[in-house]
Amino acid sequence: MNTVLILIALATIGAAAAAMSRPSLLNCVLLLTLSWTGIAAFYLWAGAEFAAFAQVLIYVGAISMAVMFAVLLTRRGRRDFPPRKGSRSRAAYAVLAGAAVAGVLLAAVARSPLAASPAPGPASTVRELGGQLMGPHAAALLVVGVLLTVALIGAVVLAAGAGPEKPEATR
Amino acid sequence: MSPLQLCLAFSSALFAVGLAGALARSNSILVLLGIELMLNAANLNLIAFWRFSPHGSPATGVVFVVFAIAVAAAETAVGLALVISIYRHQQDIRLEEATRLKG
Amino acid sequence: MEPLVAYLWIIPALPLAAAAVGAAAPRGSRRLASGAAIAAMAGALALSSVALKYALAAPSAHQFCNFTWFDLGNGAVRLGWLLDPLNAFMCVMVSLVGLLIFIFSLGYMEDDENFKRFFWLMSLFAAAMLCVVVSNSLLLLFIGWELVGLASYLLIGFWFHRPAAAAAAKKAFITTRIGDLGFLLGLVWLYDTTGSLLLYDGGNGFLEAHALGDLATQVAAGGLAATTAISLLIFCGAAGKSGQFPLHVWLPDAMEGPTPVSALIHAATMVAAGVFLVARVFPLFSADQGLPAATLHALTVVAAIGAITALMGAAIAAAQSDLKRILAFSTVSQLGYMMLALGVGSWVAAIFHLLTHAFFKALLFLAAGSVIHAAHHVQDIRELGGLGARMRTTFATFAVGMMALSGVPFVFSGFWSKEAILHAASEWGPSSLPLYAGLAGVVLTAFYMTRLLCEVFWGPPRSPAASHARESPAVMTAPLVVLAAGAVGLGFLGTPAWPWLQSRLAGAEIPARPLLDGGALMAVSIILVAVGLGSGWALYGRRPRASAAAPDPLQSAAPRLFAFLGARMKLDELYAATVGRLNTFAAALADILDRWVWGGAVGLLARLGEFAGLLNREVDEVGLNTGFDTVSEEIRRTGQAYSRAQTGEAHGYLRTLALAFVVLALLVLLGGGR
Repeated sequence: MNTVLILIALATIGAAAAAMSRPSLLNCVLLLTLSWTGIAAFYLWAGAEFAAFAQVLIYVGAISMAVMFAVLLTRRGRRDFPPRKGSRSRAAYAVLAGAAVAGVLLAAVARSPLAASPAPGPASTVRELGGQLMGPHAAALLVVGVLLTVALIGAVVLAAGAGPEKPEATR
Repeated sequence: MSPLQLCLAFSSALFAVGLAGALARSNSILVLLGIELMLNAANLNLIAFWRFSPHGSPATGVVFVVFAIAVAAAETAVGLALVISIYRHQQDIRLEEATRLKG
Repeated sequence: MEPLVAYLWIIPALPLAAAAVGAAAPRGSRRLASGAAIAAMAGALALSSVALKYALAAPSAHQFCNFTWFDLGNGAVRLGWLLDPLNAFMCVMVSLVGLLIFIFSLGYMEDDENFKRFFWLMSLFAAAMLCVVVSNSLLLLFIGWELVGLASYLLIGFWFHRPAAAAAAKKAFITTRIGDLGFLLGLVWLYDTTGSLLLYDGGNGFLEAHALGDLATQVAAGGLAATTAISLLIFCGAAGKSGQFPLHVWLPDAMEGPTPVSALIHAATMVAAGVFLVARVFPLFSADQGLPAATLHALTVVAAIGAITALMGAAIAAAQSDLKRILAFSTVSQLGYMMLALGVGSWVAAIFHLLTHAFFKALLFLAAGSVIHAAHHVQDIRELGGLGARMRTTFATFAVGMMALSGVPFVFSGFWSKEAILHAASEWGPSSLPLYAGLAGVVLTAFYMTRLLCEVFWGPPRSPAASHARESPAVMTAPLVVLAAGAVGLGFLGTPAWPWLQSRLAGAEIPARPLLDGGALMAVSIILVAVGLGSGWALYGRRPRASAAAPDPLQSAAPRLFAFLGARMKLDELYAATVGRLNTFAAALADILDRWVWGGAVGLLARLGEFAGLLNREVDEVGLNTGFDTVSEEIRRTGQAYSRAQTGEAHGYLRTLALAFVVLALLVLLGGGR
């Protein structure tokens, strides 16, 4: 059991680390997509099939596409960005911060008396999930729907700008 | 190390990586992606606890995660639209350049 | 009560109406003003005669008619009219003498452009004087008293364009006012203790037994009985009006007015008002005679002042050289005699002398007026002379008046009335000084009147005005003749052998005495009159003055004394130096107080207000504003400082968040949390 977990974990973390450090933006996006896939594999290992399904559909399918579009729309020329002054220190600080946070969290995890429950996970059928979503969490579902609508409309408005004859000082 | 602890360690490491990436990169899109990674790490936590919790209703964890994914998606869309807006203004999506909202 | 008494008010009302007519008449209506005045006085005379008849029918009765003026709630202010022989005789005298003087004024004031004003002012005066006489209430009397003073002021200052006249009018008013203050105080005190100002009120008036008995038991400050104190206060008013020492200083100056004014007001009537007042309230004055514990008797003071005035007036008159001034001081002296008579207890003698004096003094003044008119207003006797041959009627009547005043025996009224006074003085218990003063006055009176007669009417005329003098017209000489007749005839009403007047006045029959009763005294006074006449003739008649610049024989004999008397014993200067200076000092003190103390206090308050405002502003600006400014600045800077944390760098924010999370987690981990 644990072996699979450890393999999935290492793969995901590796992909993520690579995604964060590559200079090429497209590479970063693709590697990150890989890491998302790794997370979906974890969901499968944990028994949350629907969550894995959602993860793949949304993240790997839609969000990566959106990010790709954004990357392509905001390119200036075909060159990648060279590292700027201060990026080294920023990188160092970032690693330090990451390490500190990881350290604190791992320490907390290690000290917590979390009992291992070897029992098999709860079985969640899609049917049950549907019942939950339409039942007790129906309101939340509707709210999330509204949220998504509003967010997407807002995004469209933001991205579209002020119209064709805007006196944008973009030149 | 119990499996739960392993899962938690995994999510913590992923979170840390996401944080480091968001802090290190100057490209706004990569910062957003770093934030996405952190959100995913949180989702991992949720599933881990759902898998290894003693009791609970069968689908709560998954429902939680589904909602979290939905919200994250909305947030990503808005964030990317913002990035495009910023690009239109300053021809550059480096986060250090977008400092007009300062005191 | 006779029904006439209720109509007694018509007697003063007639001249008052004439005054109103004269005042309201248009400018230049001389005949209307004078006609109204004379008609009113004639009417008053007729009514007074009728009233006299009624009064004589019941001489001992005081017939009165009282009415309420206004109600005070607690009490009422009541006024009233009184009819008794004293009042009636006075009414007749005032209206008769007034009428004659008005007729005289038709001629005297003919050339004056203010003819109309003269007559209505004289009518006003007559109305006020008659009001004083007929009043039964001391309050009404006081009202008339003040009106008389007002008329006197207006008439003395008749020619107000002359500064001397204006000053004299002011002096008269102020001096009499000082006396009136005492009068008012006495009046108020009287009202307070007795509750009534009515003289006779069927038992409730303050001159009646009940009230006087009450008053007699009360003692005022300094051991004085209440009646004494009140009497002395009332006497202040009488002394002021009647020119007694020390308030006589206004009378000589009052000669600045026209001569008819001097005749009516300052000889016959107004100055007699003081004597009349004392005689009127005589029961009040004499109420303390019977009290053994009284330290001072009011009548003693009256007698003393009267004696001093009589002697002083006569002495000063002998050294004056102005025709009217001599007569004025003569009036002062004669009024002193009347007060003397009152003081020694014989108010009847005083009133007798008042009546005879009215006639012969008015006569003398009118004759002097005739002389002045003829000599074109030359009044210095040194510049006159020889008028006897030029103005026979005036000379004859003047001589009659002079002899009456001097007390030439038997024929003239002045002798009989003065004899009555001296007789009463000789019978006065406490002291004989008034008698000696009176006798000395007799000599002096005869002396100065002879001097006057000789200087004016004998010898050569010493100025062109005197040599061109012509007799006055009949309108002026006729009243002189009538008054001369009165000056002679009136005396026979009061001889000891037939004390008709005295009896009627006193209300009780006075026993008749032989004509020459009181012989020793009478002889002495006759001798003294002869001495006075003789010495006067010797000095001034035998060798009349040659020229105006020649020295007066008396001046050569006793120059310092003559100068002192000529300067009216320097009393005016004394008053100016003492009272005048005191007044100036008080005024200066008041000014200093006003400017530095009160003004300073107010200014200080103002400064305080200013200072408070300044302080407020400073506190506001330095304290509060600075405080607020500082605080606001602090807030602003703090805000600015905090806002620097908003770097605008998203990475910075994220870093801070991460750091904070780490610290927090460490705290939880290491703080014992699970």
